[in-house]
Amino acid sequence: MSEVKAENHEILEKVDPAPWREVPLVLNNRSFKWVTDKICGIVESKTPTWWWWCFITALCVASFTGMGLVYLVSTGVGVWGNNNPVNWGWAIVNFVFWIGIGHAGTLISAVLCLLKQKWRTSINRASEAMTVFAVLCAGIFPLFHVGRVWFAWWLFPLPNSNAIWPQFRSPLEWDVFAVSTYATVSVLFWYMGMIPDLAVLRDRAKETWRKYFYGFFAMGWRNANNHWRNFEMAYLLLAGLSTPLVLSVHTIVSFDFAVANLPGWHTTIFPPYFVAGAIFSGFGMVLTLLLPVRAVYGLHDLITQKHITNMCMITLATGSLVGYAYAMEFFIAWYGANSYEGFAFINRAFGNYWWSYWIMISCNVICPQLFWFKKIRQNIPLVWIISIFVNVGMWFERFVIANTTLSRDFLPSSWGYYSPTVVDIFTFFGTFGFFSVLFLLFLRFLPLMPMCEVKSVMPQADPHSDH
Amino acid sequence: MSDIMDIKYAASATFSSAKGLYDAAGKVKQEGYTNWECFSPIPVHGLDAQMGYARSKVPRFTLTGGITGFFTGMLIVWFMNEYDYPLIVGGKPYFSPIYPFPVFYELTILFAAFGTLFGMFFLNRLPRHNHPVFEHPDFGLTGDDKFMIVIEVDDPKFDDEETVEFLKRVGGESVQLIREPID
Repeated sequence: MSEVKAENHEILEKVDPAPWREVPLVLNNRSFKWVTDKICGIVESKTPTWWWWCFITALCVASFTGMGLVYLVSTGVGVWGNNNPVNWGWAIVNFVFWIGIGHAGTLISAVLCLLKQKWRTSINRASEAMTVFAVLCAGIFPLFHVGRVWFAWWLFPLPNSNAIWPQFRSPLEWDVFAVSTYATVSVLFWYMGMIPDLAVLRDRAKETWRKYFYGFFAMGWRNANNHWRNFEMAYLLLAGLSTPLVLSVHTIVSFDFAVANLPGWHTTIFPPYFVAGAIFSGFGMVLTLLLPVRAVYGLHDLITQKHITNMCMITLATGSLVGYAYAMEFFIAWYGANSYEGFAFINRAFGNYWWSYWIMISCNVICPQLFWFKKIRQNIPLVWIISIFVNVGMWFERFVIANTTLSRDFLPSSWGYYSPTVVDIFTFFGTFGFFSVLFLLFLRFLPLMPMCEVKSVMPQADPHSDH
Repeated sequence: MSDIMDIKYAASATFSSAKGLYDAAGKVKQEGYTNWECFSPIPVHGLDAQMGYARSKVPRFTLTGGITGFFTGMLIVWFMNEYDYPLIVGGKPYFSPIYPFPVFYELTILFAAFGTLFGMFFLNRLPRHNHPVFEHPDFGLTGDDKFMIVIEVDDPKFDDEETVEFLKRVGGESVQLIREPID
């Protein structure tokens, strides 16, 4: 017996346990100091020339929205291509498009936090910024679509001059609550996560304005363990609150359609289908934004191939979910044996807007399937191009849903072909500039990665091993 | 001169690893100090237990906020659509807890989020832009890559020489007194 044991012991000594092959989240064994200097350096260094060029270009593009809205308010909503029965036109398409973009930011910051996905740390700040800015862009459209924008406050539960309150059976009123809550909570979450990083910038600041600016917003944060204890709990709670929030926002946005008794809209699949689409489009936009940022600032050690692969896979998964929803809509239209519903879907694919339907299918269903291949996931320029297709496809999805149904009303006498006017196009085009202006300001003045969270997933953060 | 212009606030020791801080914190606790704090660039896993901190109380604020939000939503809808100006829509009841559910739901989350943020601020006693610990010349590094333990003068066990010696013994790298200037 003892011999056997000795033999075992001998073998055991020879056995070399296989190392745990986990890809590190921060490459090249970087130190804490490197992370601080890298992220703070972006904010503290002199404004790069490319930044000014991008900023000026973005401002020029944003002015298209400004001019479009000034023209609209001074003339009337007739300057948009909306008509009867296509009362919603591009306004609702753009609104749903932008609000959907925002969803990936909350998904990364909240849902992945609850799921303990550590790779989220280096991309969550920029994605949350994207959420906030996208929601601002989204808000423009319903606000001006009300026509007399100076009465937009009637949407809020405030007493107006006719003493009538808003009526709460309308999904549009639910939207007001959902979107304003979403915007507010996203800002709170974004800001709270930034406090420790703002304190770092405050402590490093040399110029007086920086000391005051970062100092004010850092609220006197001291890196004390007592602070961290409450901060971590609050962060977890906000993640827990944001998760049902993000699911509810696009659910309520889909109610705008699903509650209406119109063929092609009145379906129970809409809430999950819209949420999947929102996450899909949002990840498309995260890739579109972060790949250039990574290249420009040399963040390859922080946003690694692993991060990009994970984002590609989520895009693939949600893209496939969206594809499933498109197929299921057709199946139910046939299975439900409602001739109006059946017509709505045949019309979508082969009617007068067939081109938009097939752009949607090729961008949203076919394109992301390329992410099955490792070679494509590792080809960064190609990933970026596919992410653009995802953005385009998701805009067309909303266009298809809104316009194919409305332009073929129950009365064939009111059938028509809806086209946007140049004002529609300019106003929407400008929102990309508005979004870019905000995002560039974010890159310039705020820490684009949560330093404390990135450091927390590095091996040095482990209090039980010597690093 | 400087003895008149400032008062002693605490003794501090820096560490350059999370492990160093974690191990030292255990010893400070064991030694019986009560008025002390750890500073670190990251939330160090397990440090709360090591320091003897209880669970954070932020969830109470969140719950209070959430409940307030839910009933605020209900009150808004009931007051506006049933009590103050009854609105007939589709011949349905003026108020029901079902149809305006999205409103309650969103306000629950909104108020709970505010409760969480302000609860965190309240429990951390923030905003507070002045604090004697900021006087430490290397305080800024605790947001970068340094870890620090600070034992306050107010601690009943505090003794000028002994505490400094103790901090050196537990592995403190740069041990010094923090003085708070008065003007």
